[in-house]
Amino acid sequence: MEVTVQEISKAFGDTAAVHDLSLEIASGELLALLGPSGSGKTTLLRLIAGIEFADSGKVLFGGQDTSRLPIQERQIGFVFQNYALFRHMRVIDNIAFGLSVRKRARRPSKADIRARALELLELVQLSGLDQRFPHELSGGQRQRVALARALAIEPRVLLLDEPFGALDAQVRKELRAWLKELHRKTGHTTLFVTHDQQEALELADRVVVMNAGRIEQVGTPSEIYDTPATPFVFSFVGQANRIGLPVVNGQVTLPGGENVEMAGAGHGEAELFFRPHDVALSKTGESGLSGRVLTKKRSGLVSAVLVETSFGLVEAEFPSGEPLHAGQEIRLSVLRGALFSGGDSVRWVSER
Amino acid sequence: MALEASRRVATEAPTVRWAAIALMGAFLLLFLLMPLIGVFVEAFRRGVPAYLDAIRDPEAIAAIRLTVTVALISVPLNVVFGVAAAWAITKFDFPGKSLLTTLIDLPFSISPVIAGLVYVLLYGAGSLLGPWLRLHGIEVIFAVPGIVLATIFVTLPFVARELIPLMEAQGKTEEIAALSLGASGWQTFWKVTLPNIRWALLYGVLLCNARAMGEFGAVSVVSGHIRGQTNTTPLYVEILYNEYNFAAAFAVASILALLALVTLAAKTLLEWRYGHGLARRNGH
Repeated sequence: MEVTVQEISKAFGDTAAVHDLSLEIASGELLALLGPSGSGKTTLLRLIAGIEFADSGKVLFGGQDTSRLPIQERQIGFVFQNYALFRHMRVIDNIAFGLSVRKRARRPSKADIRARALELLELVQLSGLDQRFPHELSGGQRQRVALARALAIEPRVLLLDEPFGALDAQVRKELRAWLKELHRKTGHTTLFVTHDQQEALELADRVVVMNAGRIEQVGTPSEIYDTPATPFVFSFVGQANRIGLPVVNGQVTLPGGENVEMAGAGHGEAELFFRPHDVALSKTGESGLSGRVLTKKRSGLVSAVLVETSFGLVEAEFPSGEPLHAGQEIRLSVLRGALFSGGDSVRWVSER
Repeated sequence: MALEASRRVATEAPTVRWAAIALMGAFLLLFLLMPLIGVFVEAFRRGVPAYLDAIRDPEAIAAIRLTVTVALISVPLNVVFGVAAAWAITKFDFPGKSLLTTLIDLPFSISPVIAGLVYVLLYGAGSLLGPWLRLHGIEVIFAVPGIVLATIFVTLPFVARELIPLMEAQGKTEEIAALSLGASGWQTFWKVTLPNIRWALLYGVLLCNARAMGEFGAVSVVSGHIRGQTNTTPLYVEILYNEYNFAAAFAVASILALLALVTLAAKTLLEWRYGHGLARRNGH
């Protein structure tokens, strides 16, 4: 079911957690809310769930305004970072909970509830563990039970709050792949909150990057990584170098000598952002960023090189075969990047 | 070498260890065990028939019956209050929350005698409410209702104090999860909250009950010591003692002591179960 968030705001005391935020989520979409802690991503999720209520604005599920509905009536599946399984109930009773608390008229028979719970247990690949207690399961298994429990009520939208945050790296990776597969099979509209960009880029159909209660950018993982819309997105998602450059008469002269129009900026400061892998070595004599290699760290096929330039420290990545050593004087040319000045931005690709 | 060194760091010399244990043992013997044994020795000093006579005395039976009645009224009331207070304090934010938390501790910090006096001032003959109560034929002070009120006051913190730390540690996420699955607030309480706190609740009930049956100070002020009517077991023990009827005093006291021992045994049993549950929770 599609979910629409309209101009929603929520403050805790004097601090605005979510500020005048609007978002459209397509039916069946797998959407990531990505941001640092305190960016309002969890608050947004809780507003959609009905755990928090907005100060203003609306949340619509398929056109129905749910802003004033209590959490019980929103029919959402909510999964917590710490699983929040009912510790005194067996796995099967955890999963069956949502069906067994229904009003008599809408409640399936005991046998049907049990069959449905076992079916869900199979879906999350935990058949045979139905009689276990939560404390007898591993973290990854608990999170899968929590998901099965949420799916049991046939939620209109599935909301996951840092679902893999409490798990170790290996299990996280497995569960990511597994969640993607589950989403493909069941097709639930799914929102998940994460501060892990890898997780967001790998899993989601679209990523919402949030900062300070506002949306910085919404886009596919490639759009977010390749064409970051703001300085924040550029530095938050992936590695980025930042260089300050002067704007003169609406023009910025790049270290390579090229001139870029920034009509809106007039005079002032612009910031050039570029990725470490978007640089190349220039031959001496050519223009570019000149500097001295400080350190070189090899990781697999690429080496990360820290270069001290007149613009500050710049990180660059080269194939490990490149003969570079600390103390060496080199010249770098930036192949691709973006300039930001005030609200103005120019994306720029070197012609070479 | 390294192992020996670490062993030396971890423990004291045997002499120090034994001295500490002996000191503690002597202390417990002198202040806890010997008085307790003394109660039973004194109770049976004049033999079993005298003991049985003492506890079969109509006044003794009336006192024990009154004590049980008071406990049966005040403990359930404090369970309801304690659960409600702990639930409100740990699961909701509201103005005056810290004030409520402090108020719950008040009976711990006030002398029971003062608690009793306050009830006399409030409900006694010379009080503001006194004439109204007399007009409607309601007796509070020097009657059973006063004893119940004083007992409730004194035992008020036991259940809530036992539940608050546990419920705080458990947080609200299981409740939110239950609500998100469509459960009503009532269903959430019965199916999620209550099972999670059942051992702590039972433990609180035991402590509350032990205190309700043993309370002396507050009850002494409001009871009036009318034999066979408003004399609870602890008060009756004191009266017997003051009349130099030592054997009977200790016989009735032994009933109270026995009750304390049963409570202690039940508490230990619960701790064993509850500790197990706690370990589970930590593993969760």
